[in-house]
Amino acid sequence: MDFKFTEEQLALRKEFEDFFREVMTKEAPPGWEAGLESTYATEEGWNFHRSMAKRLGEKGWLSRPWPKEYGGQNAPIIEQLLFSEVRGYCRAPGVDVFGIGMLAPTLLMWGTEEQKQKHLPPIAKGEIMWCQGWSEPDAGSDLASLTTRAVRDGDEYVINGQKIWTSGAHKADWCFMLARTDPEQPRHRGLSYFLMDMKAPGITVRPLISLEGSHLYNEVFFDDVRIPKENLVGEENRGWYITLMTMNFERSSVGGIMEMKRTIEEMVKFCHETKRNGEPLSKDPFVRHRLAQLAIDVEVGHALSYRVAWLQQKGEMAAYEASAAKVYASELAQRIAYTGCQILGLYGQVKKSKWAPFAGRFESAYQLSPGMNIAAGSSEIMRNIIAWRGLELPRA
Amino acid sequence: MNLDFSEEQEMLRTTTRDFLTKECPKTLVRELEEDEKGYSPDLWKEMAELGWMGLVLPEEYDGMGMGFMDLIILLEEMGRNILPGPFFCTVILGSLPILEAGSEEQKKELLPKISAGELILTLALTEPSARYDATGVATRAVAQDDGFVINGTKLFVENAHIADYIICVTRTKEGASPEDGITLFLVDAKSPGIRCEVMPTMGADKLCEVVFADVKVPKKNMLGELDKGWPVVQRNMEQAAIAKCAEMIGGAQAALDMTLAYAKERVQYGRPIGSFQVIQHYCANMWISVETGKNILYQAAWKVGEGLPATKEVAVAKGYINEAYKFVSERGVQCHGAIGTTRDHDIGLYYRRAKAAELAFGDTDFQRELVAQQIGL
Repeated sequence: MDFKFTEEQLALRKEFEDFFREVMTKEAPPGWEAGLESTYATEEGWNFHRSMAKRLGEKGWLSRPWPKEYGGQNAPIIEQLLFSEVRGYCRAPGVDVFGIGMLAPTLLMWGTEEQKQKHLPPIAKGEIMWCQGWSEPDAGSDLASLTTRAVRDGDEYVINGQKIWTSGAHKADWCFMLARTDPEQPRHRGLSYFLMDMKAPGITVRPLISLEGSHLYNEVFFDDVRIPKENLVGEENRGWYITLMTMNFERSSVGGIMEMKRTIEEMVKFCHETKRNGEPLSKDPFVRHRLAQLAIDVEVGHALSYRVAWLQQKGEMAAYEASAAKVYASELAQRIAYTGCQILGLYGQVKKSKWAPFAGRFESAYQLSPGMNIAAGSSEIMRNIIAWRGLELPRA
Repeated sequence: MNLDFSEEQEMLRTTTRDFLTKECPKTLVRELEEDEKGYSPDLWKEMAELGWMGLVLPEEYDGMGMGFMDLIILLEEMGRNILPGPFFCTVILGSLPILEAGSEEQKKELLPKISAGELILTLALTEPSARYDATGVATRAVAQDDGFVINGTKLFVENAHIADYIICVTRTKEGASPEDGITLFLVDAKSPGIRCEVMPTMGADKLCEVVFADVKVPKKNMLGELDKGWPVVQRNMEQAAIAKCAEMIGGAQAALDMTLAYAKERVQYGRPIGSFQVIQHYCANMWISVETGKNILYQAAWKVGEGLPATKEVAVAKGYINEAYKFVSERGVQCHGAIGTTRDHDIGLYYRRAKAAELAFGDTDFQRELVAQQIGL
């Protein structure tokens, strides 16, 4: 066992650090925060994300893990871990979680040569942004029950139905989505995986505003949307199995953990600078112990993310390990949000304004954090996966 | 980076587990809880033959020259099996400080005997003030003739009632800080003036009250330098805390395994209770606790083994694993239902030891305070 990085890996991390620190200091919009809401909720955030994506694309950093023939460098997972660590700590946007994190690995595995040639280069250059059309009003955790239909008509498929919780659909250029191609088959076996241009006629996007007031999620309606048959990924009716594979990519959660580490550091600084009852908050034993417990939990989460990355690197990635990392990180993020609010006392409720410590970060996080325990697989589903696949407990 | 154990280490784990499963069944564990000595001399001898007591000691002292991570594996398996006896205090609290601070003469005299299983050692640090910091050390050692005279009361001393030597942490000077003026002595446990009494405790783990009344110690038995013993204690407390974490993770894993087996076999309402989602989620949470605990254990233990500064990592690991072990063993009892709350079932052995282990070498509040200091609070 050896937790050391090589000299080359440390040099690479330094390169990432130098870049992200400089760009974030010079170019980040005022009050910039981590999280998808920052990217998708405002024009300013979206523009910053896009310009950062292009910069990362020019450096070749978006496609580092891909094979050389598609513009990548075959970079091992551990190097991606370093990249995600630094980017997470710096709260830098620029990596399309859907295009880079989910679709690209899927296309590399299942896409036709033509699909790869057409879609991978714009993803690598940070030019085209994607969204993910999976959930539906009646197919949330039970995704395989989705009913959006795709019917073959000559060289095209015709799509009708509705998606929901589609993050960033109002900004994205393209969507990868699941639709039912064969309603006669048992539910998992009648689904297909499609690529859809969001500018296609018949698509309507309607915002869903979060508790906190930001616009990340959408409803997306399809009314006779026509997709060329070349945009089917993998075989017809095999979409579910492709989706399962996709869900196993990039799930160490290390970026989020590093962002939390930074938040704790900032809270420590705040507690030194802020007095209550004539004493700095940092001397209050309750505050000390609450922050220490969060720091402990962040370190533990960090060690877990390394474990997940290590298993991925070895090709021994188990779904339940990734589920543990996901549930651990989202529940910890919520504890941090709550503790942050608690320590701020009355100020914990103030939105971004002159009265808001941390520019309202914890006020916002308090409202956004429950969503993190639901998005991308609820905590209950994560625990089911651990119990069934990891612990082999019997299903009812 | 390589987060796997080596093949040799995997083998060490397997052979250790097999040996303990066979030689230290739970019937023996229960028997030894009631036993005056609290350990099995026969088993102790076999362990010495396997080289366990000298596992990390250099070959020149008849040790096996293996690494700290190997010791972690051994301790995990001991915790898994709840091995009773003086291994922890002899090896971790006894041989490691001697290896670090002992004179060549002391090492040559004591370490080979430790390797051979001929000596039992322990460390007397805590006192009635019940704290692990230097402030808690009030026991005095005063220079007299060719040696020192020790007076004071030590509490929570592991296995002092069977020890051959007690490493006694004493105050030899009122220094500028509590850490200044601490001196360690290797005290022959049979010295006149030592009175030892086993305390009744939750873990039935033979913690002792040791009273030193005018106990004479020759000067050559001083371990390390006069007045400068605290850094030795501090390093040993880090080693002990992470070593305890290994035992705890082994115990937590065993409690989880036992609970999973029970959940799959126990039938109510015509189905195994493990098919109920509420039990599944308890078990998933238990597994997350064990898995996260393991990762932080290995990371911190690796740092300790490499001799890197690890104060924060050890405090993080102990603080986390303290709670993880208690949580896992408590849920384990819950999943077992009423039988889990009796002495008839093994799950309770882990529940009791989880609390005892939390308290050893710094409970969770203690570790949180250390972490608070480490993150700049």
